[in-house]
Amino acid sequence: MSTTQSIEAAPEIIGMDTSADSSQYLTFILSDEEYGVDILRVQEIKGWDTVTLIPNTPGYIKGVINLRGTIVPIIDLRLRFNLDSVNYSPLTVVIVLKIVSEDDERVMGIVVDGVSDVYNVSEDQMKPPPDFGNVVNVDYVKGLATVDEKMIIVLDIDHLLTSSVLESIDKASC
Amino acid sequence: MSIDLKQFHQTFFDESFEGLDIMEANLLDLEAGSTDKDIINTIFRAAHSIKGGSGTFGFSEVAAFTHLLETLLDEMRDNKRKVDQESIDCLLQSVDCVRSMLNATRDGGDIHDQVVTENENRLIAILGKNNSNSTVDPEQETVELTQVNTSISTGWDIRFKPLASMLRTGNDPLPMFSVLSELGELSVTVDSSGLPNFDDLHPENCYLSWSLRLIGDVAKEQIYEVFEWVEDECDLDIVPIESGSEKDGTKVPDALVSSAGEDCTKDGAGAQSIKKTDVGQVKKTATSEVTSIRVGIDKVDDIINLVGELVITQSMLGQIGSEIDDDRECDNRRTERLREGLAQLERNTRELQESVMRVRMLPISFIFSRFPRMVHDLAKKMGKDIKLVITGEQTELDKTIMEKIGDPLVHLVRNSIDHGIEKPDERIAAGKPGTGTVYLDASHQGGNIVVEIRDDGKGLDCDRILSKAIERGLVNEDESISEEKIYDLIFQPGFSTAEALSDVSGRGVGMDVVRRNIRDLGGNVEIKSEQGKGTRMLIRLPLTLAILDGQLVSVGEETYIVPLTSIIESLQIKIAQVNTIAGQAQVYLLREDYIPIIHLSDIFSIPKEKLSIDGGLMVVVEGEGQKAGLIVDDLLAQQQVVIKSLETNYKPVNGLSGATILGDGTVALILDIAGLIRCAKLMDTSLLRSQRIADHAGEAQQGSGQEIIIANMNKEIPDEHDTIH
Repeated sequence: MSTTQSIEAAPEIIGMDTSADSSQYLTFILSDEEYGVDILRVQEIKGWDTVTLIPNTPGYIKGVINLRGTIVPIIDLRLRFNLDSVNYSPLTVVIVLKIVSEDDERVMGIVVDGVSDVYNVSEDQMKPPPDFGNVVNVDYVKGLATVDEKMIIVLDIDHLLTSSVLESIDKASC
Repeated sequence: MSIDLKQFHQTFFDESFEGLDIMEANLLDLEAGSTDKDIINTIFRAAHSIKGGSGTFGFSEVAAFTHLLETLLDEMRDNKRKVDQESIDCLLQSVDCVRSMLNATRDGGDIHDQVVTENENRLIAILGKNNSNSTVDPEQETVELTQVNTSISTGWDIRFKPLASMLRTGNDPLPMFSVLSELGELSVTVDSSGLPNFDDLHPENCYLSWSLRLIGDVAKEQIYEVFEWVEDECDLDIVPIESGSEKDGTKVPDALVSSAGEDCTKDGAGAQSIKKTDVGQVKKTATSEVTSIRVGIDKVDDIINLVGELVITQSMLGQIGSEIDDDRECDNRRTERLREGLAQLERNTRELQESVMRVRMLPISFIFSRFPRMVHDLAKKMGKDIKLVITGEQTELDKTIMEKIGDPLVHLVRNSIDHGIEKPDERIAAGKPGTGTVYLDASHQGGNIVVEIRDDGKGLDCDRILSKAIERGLVNEDESISEEKIYDLIFQPGFSTAEALSDVSGRGVGMDVVRRNIRDLGGNVEIKSEQGKGTRMLIRLPLTLAILDGQLVSVGEETYIVPLTSIIESLQIKIAQVNTIAGQAQVYLLREDYIPIIHLSDIFSIPKEKLSIDGGLMVVVEGEGQKAGLIVDDLLAQQQVVIKSLETNYKPVNGLSGATILGDGTVALILDIAGLIRCAKLMDTSLLRSQRIADHAGEAQQGSGQEIIIANMNKEIPDEHDTIH
């Protein structure tokens, strides 16, 4: 709970304006790149804990955890993006997100290297991602934003995580 | 000041639907020519509250329609109208109408349906027609009235003659009569013959005596109790109403009551207590309704979740408690107290959990109550004479199961009516009573609920089923199969022996769906039939879907839960009993049965600890009628687990039916045995082999990931074509 509160208090500390057409993004680090997710989707941030494996799922689905009585799947974003995997430590962070798809709402956790900051990003700060053709799949990128001369990759987490789960059906069906 | 009425809408709808159910149930009890005031009153009251509510909330169409209903019922209630089949049918249809109107109102649909208008016209027609009828034969009504009295046999005649001094001791007959009127239907006659001339009248003396008739199931002691305080100050005579004297007496009370009403104006006791009769009864029904409260199911589920959490916390604490006991011997007294506290906590949480689970349990009458109407309608439509006998409707089961078992039951009952019960003339020709009977029964057996649907119809025709099955190529002509297997055939998709399609049944869709639905709930269905005598269907269901008795097993590092209901036995493998087929599939010889061996570690891709299975443990399980042996590394505890869905936040996984949270807070997956056996079959042929090939080729993981994407794309392209065409 304390984590969430400090996040909410963050804009005042940073001293940024919260105008109507801007939204707040929580950013996290993944292999030296900074990614952002809509802060309203973040339910909580917790440390890495042991998971229960779900058989026959792709490697990036680490398993499920018990989050106060509900079963929540955990997805490793590094593996999802085909980055090198790193060993988990107690400092490894899981961000629990609310995912909205057409029919329902799900709660899922993503494993990231670490949480970075909270930024206000206005509509005109957000640029559409360039087309890389086949080199990089930008389907899951909502846009690129520049804040404090840094680039933040704003993710479309609904699309990313829903497809992660759905795609894994192929391998899981035996 | 304006109040947002919307917040009360849901309550109004809930109550109205409940009221409609009451109306429906009572209308079905109401037979043509019946004069049972209680039933009519109940129906009237329900209609009245719906009218009142819909008026308040501004649903004027519903209010107008129910007003017609109410008028009709009011006339019935006041004996101005005979209860005939036509009006009962019309009322039943009107109940449906009101229901659909309410649904439409709630969902914002159009309630000006043609059916509604038709029904409205019918009601108006009945109202107009019968009005004149009823005035023509008032004699019939009085006859009916006396029937009411004679039909009730239990009651008491009370002669109460207080001494003149009774009033001076502070006793007043009026409250006593009102107490009596709460016990049953009371009629009071006052005898004012003892009244002296006004000049001689002493204001503190009692000159009146009463004879009372109390009708109802009342014990003599209860009446004595009322007069307890005045026992010494009156002549009291309490005798049961004799059936012989009743015939003469029936008309007397009515006559006397009216005269008593006039005579008693002096102290008003008689007249008032008569009025009390109605009040007393209303009060009685009111108090019996207040014993339950309406709570949203989500709130109950919240509590159940929290209690589940509490159970986990409790077992965590218990574990810590036992560890403390082990490694620290100092301060024995404190650990002792801690352990006692923990033991108590365990007891209390278990009890709490049990009672919370019971909140979700509802009597099966919630489903059974829809059948009388259905049987009534169907029997009429098909020209059959059918009686429905329902027993065990108080048997409780989980609400989730209740919701899902409704449709299969409807289907089976419909089948019984359509295929089972014959037409009256056929039945009489077969030497059976013309009225067919369908029995519905529910009971607890062990940890299961057993629902039985039985009819005394013609039974299943084995020969017909068999010939149909041969025709469809399900069975070979020269194959000899047991009766049981034949009955099993009707659960095949698309199987039907009905000669003609009706809109009731006979399309052959259904029985397979029925069985699938029941199996999805973890139950099974069994058919017994005797040709010419009837069919009996037994549905076995688990008590609840939220809790499961499980056997914890470990495979590698992982812990899985096998539902105890699917375990037949567990044994140690003797390698001599293991045989292989085609060098790959293994079978185990278990008492002359070869059962396939399933390596959980293979199916779930868990690294194996032991390579040989000799001396290992095997759990023999059964799912969908198929046996299999699961190879596990260890058998752990048996315990009750709370089932959590994997689908809520993830998706269904083959071979798993859900997950649960163990005492240490970790998640364990619950095996779906039937799914697992299906998985294993597929595994043996394709996946295992392809995996081996892949292993040999030594492909990198990323490479195979790309393959999947390609496979996906290939799949999508034909789909797109489909949509174009």
